[in-house]
Amino acid sequence: MLGRLSWSAIPFDQPIIMGTCAVVGLVLLAIFILVTLKGWWPYLWREWITSVDHKHIGVMYMILGLVMLVRGFSDAIMMRTQQALAAGHAAGYLPPEHFDQIFSAHGTIMIFFVAMPFVIGLMNFALPLQLGVRDVAFPRLNSVSLWLTAAGVLLVNLSLFVGEFARTGWLAYPPLSELAYSPGVGVDYYLWSLQLSGLGTLLSGINLTTTILKLRAPGMGYKRMPVFCWTALASNLLIVAAFPVLTATFAMLLLDRYCGFHFFTNDLGGNPMMYVNLIWIWGHPEVYILILPAFGVFSEVVATFSGKPLFGYRSMVLATMAICVLSFFVWLHHFFTMGAGADINAFFGIATMIIAVPTGVKVFNWLFTLYGGRVQFTVPIYWTLGFIVTFVIGGMTGVLMAIPPADFVLHNSLFLIAHFHNVAIGGVVFGVMAGMNYWFPKAFGFKLNERLGKAVFWCWFIGFYLAFMPLYALGLMGATRRMQHYPNTHWQPLMLVALAGAVLILFGIALTVVQIAVSIRQRQANRDRTGDPWNARTLEWSIPSPPPAWNFTRLPNVERTDAYWHMKEEGVSRRELAGSFPDLHIPRNTPVGVFLAFFAVILGFALIWRIDWLAAIGLVGAVAVALWESWKTDLEVRVPSQEVAAFERAHAPLVHDVPSVELETVVSGAGS
Amino acid sequence: MSAGEQALAGIPGVPLALRGPAPVRVVAGFGFWLFLLSDVIIFSALFATYSVLSGATADGPSAAELFDKRHVFLETMCLLASSVTCGFGSLAIHRADAAATYFWMGITFLLGACFLTMEGREFASMVAAGAGPSHSAFLSAFFTLVGTHGLHVSLGLVWLLIMLLQLATLGFQPMVARRFFCFGLFWHALDIVWIGVFTIVYLGAK
Repeated sequence: MLGRLSWSAIPFDQPIIMGTCAVVGLVLLAIFILVTLKGWWPYLWREWITSVDHKHIGVMYMILGLVMLVRGFSDAIMMRTQQALAAGHAAGYLPPEHFDQIFSAHGTIMIFFVAMPFVIGLMNFALPLQLGVRDVAFPRLNSVSLWLTAAGVLLVNLSLFVGEFARTGWLAYPPLSELAYSPGVGVDYYLWSLQLSGLGTLLSGINLTTTILKLRAPGMGYKRMPVFCWTALASNLLIVAAFPVLTATFAMLLLDRYCGFHFFTNDLGGNPMMYVNLIWIWGHPEVYILILPAFGVFSEVVATFSGKPLFGYRSMVLATMAICVLSFFVWLHHFFTMGAGADINAFFGIATMIIAVPTGVKVFNWLFTLYGGRVQFTVPIYWTLGFIVTFVIGGMTGVLMAIPPADFVLHNSLFLIAHFHNVAIGGVVFGVMAGMNYWFPKAFGFKLNERLGKAVFWCWFIGFYLAFMPLYALGLMGATRRMQHYPNTHWQPLMLVALAGAVLILFGIALTVVQIAVSIRQRQANRDRTGDPWNARTLEWSIPSPPPAWNFTRLPNVERTDAYWHMKEEGVSRRELAGSFPDLHIPRNTPVGVFLAFFAVILGFALIWRIDWLAAIGLVGAVAVALWESWKTDLEVRVPSQEVAAFERAHAPLVHDVPSVELETVVSGAGS
Repeated sequence: MSAGEQALAGIPGVPLALRGPAPVRVVAGFGFWLFLLSDVIIFSALFATYSVLSGATADGPSAAELFDKRHVFLETMCLLASSVTCGFGSLAIHRADAAATYFWMGITFLLGACFLTMEGREFASMVAAGAGPSHSAFLSAFFTLVGTHGLHVSLGLVWLLIMLLQLATLGFQPMVARRFFCFGLFWHALDIVWIGVFTIVYLGAK
């Protein structure tokens, strides 16, 4: 009746897990009671849960990322504590089977459920605004993507309390992840939660690629797009090209586990190295999927706060697209030790060194943008400067490991762990934090607290160096990754330093929450009524903050890069008060995303626990929801011209307007 | 869409990239193309795996021993013919000719169903002969690659039925026409994938 599910699935004997369970349960209950008592459900349902507005969906992705950052970080600090303790004869406090789940969950969560939601959230929020359009290409699909990602998040968190998570590492290499060696539900939780969220990511990638390539304001040719749009384009192209490989690979592992196939098993001709190749054909582009949008954020931030156009726009675009293509030619450097032979290793080693070149180009472009600029030391620029320093170090250790003989020594050591955290934290996290501080006033109409923002930066910045520089040294001394225990007590002092760094990062995360809370309390004092608090350059700053549901009342006419900057320079007229406004049509909200995700969770849970009838309910439910949605014809809401006019008048004295489309200028712009 | 954008869309002198947001028809079609590309990448992963594992027969039957090329050739003809009828169906939709649409799409459905039946019979005979997917890595890869294509055809048939129902209930409105257009792209893409399957799996059997 219940498949493999029974009371024994809940780990009553594990105080750490049950304690976490109780705390999470209480927090959720408190939130539920608060929302119910305050009567916020209708508002949440209407404005957020069923919203198809890209701005709201972007914000929800960011919230998802922040919540999961706390989860992923809890895993991190538990591992750091264990390794600080478990030297010599000490056993630490985490038994191996629990420790193995923690490092697997940490990697899985941080990549798929922290970094991805953050990056997709920023792109969702900023892209249509920067492109000067009213929404993404497929607003309903956008909501489905968000909620499928949330479905994956729910399943992965459920594994903490019901059953177990994978003990296989974050990429679940076979044969360890095969049924013979991982008979429990852990790997199934891993696979199904990532299949669901992976589908959401793929749909997001298709949606945003279409948005960039097909929906831009009049006059915005490719050479006039903000650099963030370019990096987002590269990132989404990579999603479309790489995520299907992940889906196919996981599908094959699922067939092995569920139907007795032999893709990656040890027996009957299975080939585990095939899995490793396939997963990294997705995996290496994935790191660029994450870092390229961060590069875009830094490009926007550095130009805005230097008061200069970005140095080398063309080379930036070329470097971005070069990385996009080259990212598919380096996957084998993740397993030089496989034994593919000297020729193959040499090819991938050289390709890896080559891909560092465009990244170097970008670093110089940022430096030259800063050079001679009147740099304002705001929170986003702190993160940017911290990034440049940190990322260069991380990049160089990466190039070091691109040399196959060096990699044979460093493979799977803590040196590798230090390297990829160096680029993941120093690149992606710093970029996301810069982007969050940069676009927050656009999303909510008030700035984040600067002092606290800088405190957050210093905690992360110093915390990162304390936590990971010792790991470089430990790696060179021979410490491998994923150690639950080590006999060599000489390593312990550096492990303690690393723990101190992790604690500092903990303060950074806590202060982020404080920063947001304090900023909300002080929102009247920090309110931005201009829509352009940073004196910025791109179109999102030309409209009020927060923007109306339709973003642009009249689509702007773009004549060059940094469109808004030039409009300001030319003293473009203030908003027109006179004249009539057209009725606007915006996409209608729909609960299809959240309903689909609901049934997807049921389906995933049932498949994990092998409950056939429940899986059937989940599948039938999802299909029924999709069919119900597909018969709808009334997909848009009319915003009457009076409402548009009222909004315009309310914001008129405050915001520079951009001129509406004029045929001649576009035509002349085309000739130039 | 403002008046300015609509005016721009028709100006021949303005490069496409500068004309502002594309119309819904173009956006929907483009998005679906991207989806098809991603689908083709799923197949490419399965093709790569098949190529690597096709020799891994674990002392079981090999490709050359198992496949009946004449059977598969007939199967292929069914699918290719269904693409032709699907094309006629698309023309009928373009003319908003309901009777012709039902006729050609109905034939498309039947040919697709023939293909699936023949594929199912091939699978069943292999399983009956002790050459099921869990017998060797080669057979796992074969059943997964060909089966994934078959699954796509099945989903295509379900989609076609739904679209015929939508045509009956909603009529030839732009939304329905767009979906038929996307269905057509999907159906033709499956043909292209099948050509790959026929060539690599069946003709390439050693």
